[in-house]
Amino acid sequence: MELHHRIQSALNSQGPHADELVTLAWILFIGGALIFLIVVALTAYALFAPEKRRAWLSREAVIIGGGLIFPVLTLSALLVYTLIAAASIIERSELAAVRVEVIGEQWWWRVHYLDAQGRRDFTTANEIRIPAGRPVELSLKSADVIHSFWVPNLAGKLDMIPGRTNRLRIEAKQPGVFRGQCAEYCGGPHAKMAFYVIAEAPEHFEAWLKSQREPAAEAAVGASEQGRALFLSHCAACHTVRGTAAAGLRGPDLTHVGSRTSLAAATLPNNAGTLAAWIASSQHIKPENLMPSFDIFTGQELRAIAGYLEQLK
Amino acid sequence: MSSADAVAPLPNPLPRPRGELDRLRKIWDPPSGLRFLTVINNEYVGLFYVGTAFLFFLLAGVLALIMRTQLAVPENDLLTPNTYNQLFTMHGTVMMFLFAVPAVEAMGILLLPNMLGARDLPFPRLSAYAFWAYFVGGLVFFCSLFFNVAPKGGWFMYPPLTGGKYSPGINEDFWLLGIGFIEISAIAGAIEIIVGVLRTRAPGMTLDRIPVFAWAMLVFAIMIVFAFPAIILATVLLELERAFGWPFFDAAKGGDPLLWQHLFWFFGHPEVYIIFLPAAGMVSMIVPAMARTPLVGYRLVVLALVGTGFLSFGLWVHHMFATGIPQLSLSFFSAASMAVAIPSGIQVFAWIATFAAGRVQLRTPMLFVLGFLFTFVLGGLTGVMVAAVPFDWQAHDTYFVVAHLHYVLFGGMVFPLFAAFYYWMPYTSRNALSERVGRWVFGLIFVGFNVAFFPMHVTGLAGMPRRVYTYPAGLGWDTLNLISTIGAFLIAAGVLLFVIDVARKFRMSPEENAGNIWNAGTLEWLPNGSYSNRSIPIVTSREPLWEQPNLAQDVEAGRYYLPGAPTGRRETILTSPVEAQPQALLLMPDAAWTPVLGAVFTAAFFMLLTVKLVAPALVCGVITLAMIIWWLWETDPGPMHPSVDIGGGLKLPVYLTGPASHSWWAMVVLILVAASVYGCLVFSYLFIWTVAPQIWTAIDALPAPGYPLAAAGLIALSSVAIAYASRALRESAGWRLRSALLTAIPLLVGGLAVHIYGLETTRLSPVESSYGALVYAFACIDGFFVAVVVIMALYTLARSAAGLLDRVRRATFDNMMLLWHYTVAQSAVGLVVTHAFPRLVG
Repeated sequence: MELHHRIQSALNSQGPHADELVTLAWILFIGGALIFLIVVALTAYALFAPEKRRAWLSREAVIIGGGLIFPVLTLSALLVYTLIAAASIIERSELAAVRVEVIGEQWWWRVHYLDAQGRRDFTTANEIRIPAGRPVELSLKSADVIHSFWVPNLAGKLDMIPGRTNRLRIEAKQPGVFRGQCAEYCGGPHAKMAFYVIAEAPEHFEAWLKSQREPAAEAAVGASEQGRALFLSHCAACHTVRGTAAAGLRGPDLTHVGSRTSLAAATLPNNAGTLAAWIASSQHIKPENLMPSFDIFTGQELRAIAGYLEQLK
Repeated sequence: MSSADAVAPLPNPLPRPRGELDRLRKIWDPPSGLRFLTVINNEYVGLFYVGTAFLFFLLAGVLALIMRTQLAVPENDLLTPNTYNQLFTMHGTVMMFLFAVPAVEAMGILLLPNMLGARDLPFPRLSAYAFWAYFVGGLVFFCSLFFNVAPKGGWFMYPPLTGGKYSPGINEDFWLLGIGFIEISAIAGAIEIIVGVLRTRAPGMTLDRIPVFAWAMLVFAIMIVFAFPAIILATVLLELERAFGWPFFDAAKGGDPLLWQHLFWFFGHPEVYIIFLPAAGMVSMIVPAMARTPLVGYRLVVLALVGTGFLSFGLWVHHMFATGIPQLSLSFFSAASMAVAIPSGIQVFAWIATFAAGRVQLRTPMLFVLGFLFTFVLGGLTGVMVAAVPFDWQAHDTYFVVAHLHYVLFGGMVFPLFAAFYYWMPYTSRNALSERVGRWVFGLIFVGFNVAFFPMHVTGLAGMPRRVYTYPAGLGWDTLNLISTIGAFLIAAGVLLFVIDVARKFRMSPEENAGNIWNAGTLEWLPNGSYSNRSIPIVTSREPLWEQPNLAQDVEAGRYYLPGAPTGRRETILTSPVEAQPQALLLMPDAAWTPVLGAVFTAAFFMLLTVKLVAPALVCGVITLAMIIWWLWETDPGPMHPSVDIGGGLKLPVYLTGPASHSWWAMVVLILVAASVYGCLVFSYLFIWTVAPQIWTAIDALPAPGYPLAAAGLIALSSVAIAYASRALRESAGWRLRSALLTAIPLLVGGLAVHIYGLETTRLSPVESSYGALVYAFACIDGFFVAVVVIMALYTLARSAAGLLDRVRRATFDNMMLLWHYTVAQSAVGLVVTHAFPRLVG
């Protein structure tokens, strides 16, 4: 996944809500800048203009006019505008095309896609694919501490609080890749708890949904066979790969890990090399994360496991 | 100012008796040698306080430099997440609790008595106690960094992250118990300042004539009374959860993490105005002096200060805009958050008007004032931006907010503080600071600040969240972060230059200070001694040194009130709150070791509890109590001297009985603090009820009504006994007084025991549900107050037995009585809430 400077920027709005927020940001910025310049100008005038010419500025009426009346008028107008903008963002009369449950964990994202009845359809992790041009409703929860879901290109953030479910609507105008990050300090490697939202044309999205519902797709035997055996004996306690005996729930679901754009909650790109590095030394890459470094494998064993995981597309 | 005042004769004639000034000096001179540590004069305690606060500013600033070094480049490995998380938590905590609030409180302690024409604060030993607790406790707290056990949950400490499950070490306990003594310092300071500003002023200094800084400090102190209790309760609840498993914030057992956020921010938002308002008050003193003309719009500015104080209590939820609260809440708090900009706008225009009315000299204090205006206004405008809810949904928890908060806090408080250092240095030191170096200090800090923090507005909107120990390369944040780091080091260079100049120039000498080099108009610029002013002036205007000719000479010569020390003790004049009419002579104690030792053992008590050495902690607690009782034994001297002639035909009593006494006022303030804590507990109970009604157990989990009714009856009877004791004291019936006290104590304790016994008969458990935890929390707080008030009653008994309590000399009894009645009322409220409310709502 190639990072670029607009992939996580709130100013690069890629959805209708984010668009409104950028417009608001510009209005606030220009208004604020104008007021600031006026105050600076008045201060300079009060200090440096000839005494007779600045006498008017020393009257109490100016304090009331500039300090009371002007702010009351501008702030009232601003308040009305922002409340209307906020209402339109959280309004959700249109039916969501997709419903996804996202559960914040220390320090990754558990993702359940829901069917039309709201039951869990399939599970993935750290990556959310959505159909472009359609609203998607996210149910945000937490398994441990407070996290916050934030994908700046598409929407504002919303906290994930234990004991509560918060609902966030996101919509991408066009297909694209958008990076998000946890925006509520959750201890340890909070800095490395990020994710990708990938918007696709509706047909591609439907195809992806279908393939994600399937159990693990496995290709040829050989090196994959040894990797699979090592995986089942060492990793099944924490990870799930549907279609095998691995049904652990502590860590991310790895059924289709090979199809994801990144690893370790958007910390690493996804290839056999990074898979191996993560398994062997995750504590070095993302200190304090809840997966220990498995430095018990030989190089050949590591390559086998990584090879097995890589082809779980 | 009327010409009639100028014509009236001055209170005391010349020449003054021989030895009068020497006696005055001897009584007020600070102790020498090692005993200097026991000094209680406000000029010295204020200086210690300022110095310590500035030390914490430097220490927390170094932490920031280390953080900025880590963030200068992406994917940096200078610091582990564990270290970085401790650093940012400590940076915020030390800046907010150990620097910002103490610094402005310190300026109040240093300046207020002199500005008001008083000889000292009304409770000088209390200031010393508060300072030493802060000094020892703060340094020990900071040292937790060196042992890798500093808190790392953020300065805001959100559970569940900071609960026992996700933060199992002692790190967060350091924070919770560590800021306990900060809370003590702040409350003690608030009591001093409220009583000092309202009751110890120069005669004639009506409320309409007090310096704007005094108004600012009064608002500051009242805000502390109502804001700090929220965090006191929050820290108690979180520590109960961590230590004993009482699930106030645990959603699985009916608690709610948002309860912490409400309590914390109900404190946290007023906290930033607690920090800003005194700084604005200082600016309102410096601007008229620099502009050489009185402040334009004094009454508007005072209204603005009071208005900000009020409004700031209605904003706290703007820290929670992203938590999923309903639209109605969002709208209200957004509106309130925008509205609070208005009083600040009034002050800004008042200052601009004052510039326009005068002839401003661009000396160093003025440069820092201009820096303040530029920075604070910019920060206020970004504040309005984040008050707009949708914008906040993007900006919250990003570097945009880091920029905003530093613009308003550094701009709104640190710049005024530097202005104040340069401005009031001649008041405390033999030499003023260097103007030339001052320009460099200003330039480096101002430029450095903007280079460091302005880019952060962009960094935040470019997607960088807060509290991250590193960030990936290629997201567009690299250059911005590097620029911010460079700016941080520029600030450091400016501060270093300042420290060097202070080391070169500052020579502490309140008596032989550099003097009124600005030709300012307020009373702190009168000639100074360890006794403050030789005589206490009559004030007829807001800028007495400008309006009343010869004031300085006449005060120094002893022509005004109280030119000596007639009772042989430290004295100042106690005046009425609004009109400043002299009412009595306030006798103050001398320096002693008991406040200092009491403070050291208080800090030790909290710190030993933190590292779980409970037995040694309890020993220190007992020693603290002993020190405090020993200290108190020397107070409440009674009318030990006949009424004193202070001059001008005024004869003042040396002791006041009843509600006019300054100790009564102090106790009332303390009761307001206690009531605020209890109010927060009632809020917590009702809030949890709205969040998790299903965890609310069935009615049969409540004790039979007989128990709370009996408890209420017993504690009410104890109040009756105390009222009877009060009457007995009025009639000087010693035996009846002592019997009544001895009856009241078991009644109160018995009531509490019945209450708790009733709880124990039910299935209610403080560990299994938030509801149980809250009900038992009520009982705990009641128990704490019962213990305090019983100790006070026993102490009062001892005073009576020793013949130190009588019809007139009864402040000790009155304080105990006030707190006793309050404790009974508080317990009654608790019983109604926990026993009647659940029955009412089914």
